Amino acid sequence: MPKIRLISRLDVKDENLVKGIQLEGLRKLGNPNLYAKDYYEDGIDEILYLDIVASLYNRNNLSDIVERTTENVFIPITVAGGIRSLDNVHKILQTGADKVAINTAAIKRPEIITEVAEAYGSQCMVLSIEAKKTPGGNYECYYDNGREHSGFDAIEWAKRGEELGAGEILLTSVDRDGLMRGMDQDIIRQICSEVRIPVICAGGADSAEEIAKAAFNGASAVAIGALLHYKKKTVHELKEELTALGVEVRR
Amino acid sequence: MKVIIIDYGLSNLLSVKRAVEYCGFDAEISYDPEVIGNAECLILPGVGAFSKGMEQLKSLGLDTLIREHVDAGKPFLGICLGMQMMFSSSEEGGIHAGLDIIPGTVEKIPDITTDGEPLRVPHVSWQKVSFDRYPDHPLFSGIESGSEFYFVHSYEGKPSDTKMLLASCVYGGRDVTAIVSNAKGNAIGCQFHPEKSGHAGLALLKNFLTRNTA
Repeated sequence: MPKIRLISRLDVKDENLVKGIQLEGLRKLGNPNLYAKDYYEDGIDEILYLDIVASLYNRNNLSDIVERTTENVFIPITVAGGIRSLDNVHKILQTGADKVAINTAAIKRPEIITEVAEAYGSQCMVLSIEAKKTPGGNYECYYDNGREHSGFDAIEWAKRGEELGAGEILLTSVDRDGLMRGMDQDIIRQICSEVRIPVICAGGADSAEEIAKAAFNGASAVAIGALLHYKKKTVHELKEELTALGVEVRR
Repeated sequence: MKVIIIDYGLSNLLSVKRAVEYCGFDAEISYDPEVIGNAECLILPGVGAFSKGMEQLKSLGLDTLIREHVDAGKPFLGICLGMQMMFSSSEEGGIHAGLDIIPGTVEKIPDITTDGEPLRVPHVSWQKVSFDRYPDHPLFSGIESGSEFYFVHSYEGKPSDTKMLLASCVYGGRDVTAIVSNAKGNAIGCQFHPEKSGHAGLALLKNFLTRNTA
């Protein structure tokens, strides 16, 4: 029986929780700390904060939000967005984060994966991959929150990331983000079978059925945004349904 | 009782401090040998590589102070890498000596299950921890055996005296060390992160802290 972690993905812009569609067209939802606390109380397994404009402005604004989170949320916290140096990693870990997810900086300078893994352990280094399907049916890595394309093949990049020392992969399907029309199970299956490290899948987790499919396709965790933010489901409901679908979850 | 959380530059200390405070105790983060040498209760957190952790402790002169603290029977809690460093040695990146509070070695988790299937390592998971070995241990008071705790690690400690193994979980069909204790019982090590394991983790941390104030 596969087992899955449910991660709340909180996209943040200027202190506000936001949610877009295909990483664009943002809607403001409110205070991210309140959402994190609610999801924690309802049984979410991890929190993922993403500063979605950080790469554009060369900075990550999440320190205060993360620090406030540690006051009443006692589960792992991952921070993503605009992390490009060991100094950035150090600062964000000091505010109470457990892991960092890096996309743009790793595409520009892959050695940063090894540097972070050596300094803070591979468990701290999550390689974030934002994949879009090409007309030819392959998957290409995008960066700067889905705005720029890298020419990197997503599957090859995942394998290389593992070799360089990443401890987990955060795989976001840009095509499916925020649409509530299911996950890209094809890329999930391919990447999960190509790497031995845990893969967190994101983009289009719109039902327990989709999350269960991802689990059976090898995902170790699913990051959920819109489904929870728009209160279509609670964490508790999702866990009940996943159990009924034969997927093990933390009770 | 004030809890001193040892800062040797390698971990997320704020979460540990917040968790201790949440349990109703004062906590201070410190790397000052004076403060650590005089502490009533020490917590050694930590993530990252074993050799680097030991190197940092030694360069700050804290390895000896920690051993003296434990020998004096004072409460000590190692978390994750902090727990692994309690062992005699580790095979992570070559053989490296540890604090030798728990005789035994730290070994790599095999990336294959007992059925021969590929197994993901690092082991990142909420895992059920069984208290069946010591169901009445005060550390487990009020917590159900089989409660889940958050693990993230690629290596695991193997105590040579199995009496020192308080609890374990199962990963890939094998028992994985979850909690160890020295013979006196004042030094406890958790492979999982109690400060990141929700209500069960906080309850266990509180049991550790209150047991030592009674």
